[in-house]
Order: sequence, then C-alpha cells, then structure tokens
Amino acid sequence: MKRLDYPFNEEKVRELKVGDMVIISGKLFTGRDAIHKYLHDGNPSPVDLKNQIIYHCGPVVLEEKDGYRVVAAGPTTSIREEPYQWEVMRDHGIVGVIGKGGMGPKTLKGCQEYGCVYFHAIGGAAQVLAEKIKSVDNVYLKEKFGSPEAIWELTVDEFPCVVTMDSHGNSLHEKVEGESSEILKTLI
Amino acid sequence: MAKKKKVTKKKVTKKKATKKKVAKKKVTKKKVAKKKATKKKVAKKKATKKKVAKKKATKKKVAKKKSSKKKALPINLKKQLHDSILELIRVTSTVIPNDVQKVILEALEREKKGTTAEYAMKIIEANIKLAKNKSQPMCQDTGTILFFVEHPAGFHQNDFKKVVNKAVVEATKKGYLRQNSVDTLTGANNTMNLGPGHPSFHFHEHGKKSIDVKLMLKGGGCENVGAQYSLPHVPLDAGRDLDGVRKVILEAIVKAQGKGCGPGVLGITIGGDRGAGYVDSKEQLLRKLDDHSPIKELADLEKDIVETANKLGIGPMGFGGKTTLLGCKIGVLNRLPASYFVSISYMCWAFRRQGINLGPKNEIKKWLY
Ligand code: SF4
Repeated sequence: MKRLDYPFNEEKVRELKVGDMVIISGKLFTGRDAIHKYLHDGNPSPVDLKNQIIYHCGPVVLEEKDGYRVVAAGPTTSIREEPYQWEVMRDHGIVGVIGKGGMGPKTLKGCQEYGCVYFHAIGGAAQVLAEKIKSVDNVYLKEKFGSPEAIWELTVDEFPCVVTMDSHGNSLHEKVEGESSEILKTLI
Repeated sequence: MAKKKKVTKKKVTKKKATKKKVAKKKVTKKKVAKKKATKKKVAKKKATKKKVAKKKATKKKVAKKKSSKKKALPINLKKQLHDSILELIRVTSTVIPNDVQKVILEALEREKKGTTAEYAMKIIEANIKLAKNKSQPMCQDTGTILFFVEHPAGFHQNDFKKVVNKAVVEATKKGYLRQNSVDTLTGANNTMNLGPGHPSFHFHEHGKKSIDVKLMLKGGGCENVGAQYSLPHVPLDAGRDLDGVRKVILEAIVKAQGKGCGPGVLGITIGGDRGAGYVDSKEQLLRKLDDHSPIKELADLEKDIVETANKLGIGPMGFGGKTTLLGCKIGVLNRLPASYFVSISYMCWAFRRQGINLGPKNEIKKWLY
C-alpha cells in the first residue's frame, strides 16, 4: 500500500506505477460531464486546479444547518471525459484523475506528457468513500449545473484507489482488454 | 370455482346490507322509483325492499361499479401507500437483497488474497454493510427509478402514480435518492426526480387481489454498457441460433470490461422488437439469482455464460481476476420472421431491487426479496 499526501505535485505522481494500491489524503475537486465540457468550451475554471486532483464523481450532498454533508460519493464512469481530459491536464495542470472504468489513449498520452496519473476508485462504493471525506470546503457552479455536476472541493483522509494508468504510458485497462479479447477468441 | 362462488355470494350479501342502509337513508330509492313505480310503494316497507334487492342484484352491481369509479383513494389509504413506497425506496437504495449479497460474498472468497481484485471486493463488502447501518444509498448513482407493479383489475394507475411520485420527491429530500433527473435537451436538473419518463412505471394486471410493487434502481454506468445485437452478426459469425446468441453475449461482456462496476449480472432477452426486448431484459433482472430458466436450453446457456465469462480474466472493476459475472438471466419473446434481437441489460454489483406485497390498508405485508 502506498500513500499520496497533500500538497500533490508532478514529481510525486511520477513515482506511481500501474497496479499500485494507493491511499490519498488531502484535497479533491469533483468534476464530471458538465464541468469537462464547460472547460473544453474555453470557460475559465472557477478555482485554480494547478497540482490538484479531479475526482469524477457526482456526490449526494445534503444541505444542513451547519453546512453541507456528503452522504454518498463514489466515482462515475470516466470514459465520458476521454475527449476533454488531456486538455484539462494541459491547460489547468492537474496531476491526478480519480474515476472508474479507466480511460483511453488520449488520456494515457496526456498523463505521460503532462505528468498525471489515473486512479481507479471502487465503483459504487459510495459509503466507504464518503466516510473518507472529512470536510466539504467549497462548491462551484452548483447553480448552473445542479448538485451532482458541480465542482465540490473536498478534504479526504486515506481515500483508497488503485493506479490503473500511470505517467509512463502503462494502462492496466489496455492490458486486461487485450488479454480478455484474446481469451474470448478461444472461447467462441 | 367453489371459492369464486363463495366470494360472489359474499359480495351479494354485502351489497344487500349496503342497499338496506341506503334504503333507510332514502337515497337510491329515487333511482329505483323511476324505473318501477310499484316498487316505490313496496320500498317504503323495509321487508319487501329486501326481496326487490334480491331480484335486482344485477342492477345494483352496475350501480356499485359506477359509484366506486368515482371514489378516489381515501386519504388514509393514500398516506399509507405513500409511506409504504417511501420505505420501499429507502430499503432498495440502502440494503442489498439477500440473493445478491450471497453471490458477492462467494466472489470475495474466490479472489486471490492480496490482489487488487480482492481489495475491490473487500471494499464492496464493507460498503454494503456501511450503507445498511447508516441507512444511506449504497451507491451515489441511485439510478433510473423503475417501478414494476402487478395489480388486480380495476386498479387506478393514475392515482397510484401520483402517490408514488410524491414518495419519490420525499425520498429525494431525505437523500435516499440523488437529484438524478435532468432535462435531456437543456441539461437542467429539476431536483425532484420527476419528468417525462421519470420515474418509469410498468404495470401488469394479474389475477390476484393484492398489489405487488417491485422497484429497481438501475445506475447509469451499467446501463451504458448494455447492448442490443441483431442476428446474424457477421463480425462474430453469430447466426440465428443459441450459439450465435452466446457469441454476442460474451462479446458484450468483453466490451463492458469494468465500466459497469463489475462483477455484475446480465438480464437478457432473445426476440421481441427492439423496445420489448430491452424492457423484458430488465424484467429478467427481477428474477431471483438462484432460480433458472424453465426452458432447459436457456437454463444451460445461463449457466454456461457465467462460467465462461469468469474465464475471461476481466475481474472486479476490470482489474483482472476470477469474478467477472455474478449471474445471468435469459428470457425469450416471439419475434418477426425478419428479426432476431438479443437485448442485454447489465446490472452492476450494486444490484438494487426490492419488492413489497401490499396489504388491504396499503401497508407492507411482505418483502419479496
Ligand atoms: S454502475 Fe452501479 S455501482 Fe457503478 S456507479 Fe453506477 S450505479 Fe453505482
């Protein structure tokens, strides 16, 4: 088990390799379909994302007297951001992406070029992951896109994931997909 | 048959009783009066009124039907239905059904210790426990809300929908459901989970008197990896037979990889038109995981698909591993001579479906899973 602690930077993430089980502590910014499209369209980010991690997640957040409370916060399918993710790496300097299902060649190339890692969280494990969220520090673009699509600024403690795409051109998804396709040929 | 007779007899006596009361109140008398002048006189005498009632049983039936049509669900029944549906939503969103829990634990056992596959299954197991204990959604994508309702004849679907919609809004406010419904064209979220097609209702009339309400919360990630094939499918050399069906199902599993939060369960329908095939493939997911198709060939195929899929090495979350599929349910519909569809719905490990049998006061009489 490896650790990745805040503040994050390119050097730290370059050390990580495919297959590493990593525990992340520090800040995460949620961002999914609407935000990626919004940034892709050339709109400025409402918050500085340099050296930050983007989490593909549409959390269930309750608004209570003393602030927001995240009641469920698992990852959403990342591949939908495939057209945009490399651009966000290039233009906004993110060093990590957390999601599920893996991403494609554009993102893998972006990880290599700009120094970024793709972390796979456990899809659907909303409660375990919500427990790791220690505070909701801010929210951006909630009025515009609604709660699940907003950027939520979260502080997490020991958030569990697996590196499935590293900054050296390796992708576990590519590997498993290639191998399983070969096996399929022998089974049909 | 004997039972039926008894029931009708009872009905008649009931009606007699009501008629009596009504007669006392001198309300329906007027109607009868219009039709038979002599009866008017007789009606004044309670004793003879009874006789008339007997003879005019059919008329009364019609009258009663008319009056019941006008009656909406009484307030207290509505309230109880609302509460029962709210509880159904809470349990569906937060507690994994027993049959699903069983296969997940088996999968955890199967994975090699210290692998990322085992790590994933452990977190899934911990998540199931935590969701139940905290009474919070096990996955943040609380999915498309699909109601499957089996009801007797004369059931008021629109009244039912209104009450259910209110329960959905309440469940959303309580956080059992995420604000999960957006306008397709504008992307705007109405925050209540209501809108065209949301929630989704499927009504079936059945011969029983009671009402069964089943609920499935089907997430977007796994819905997106569903697939529909039209056979023959040339790239796989898949023809219009069960071998062809098998080929396309296995390809769909490889294409889905870990994207639908595997290990998952497949609901499959062979035949039908495109629409009916997909709807029925979801209904296959209402079957319990330990049952098998009554059609031998399909039961064999269900078993074969699970075994073969688990040889593909895709594993939990697509990390690689031994468990790719937890179950497979296959149904069949008639088709046109020109068509041969295979419709595949993929359900993630967070397999949220529950059902309730409603009692006479709309209380939850029995849980169905
Ligand atoms: S596929 Fe299922 S478990 Fe995964 S995020 Fe969607 S609803 Fe949750």
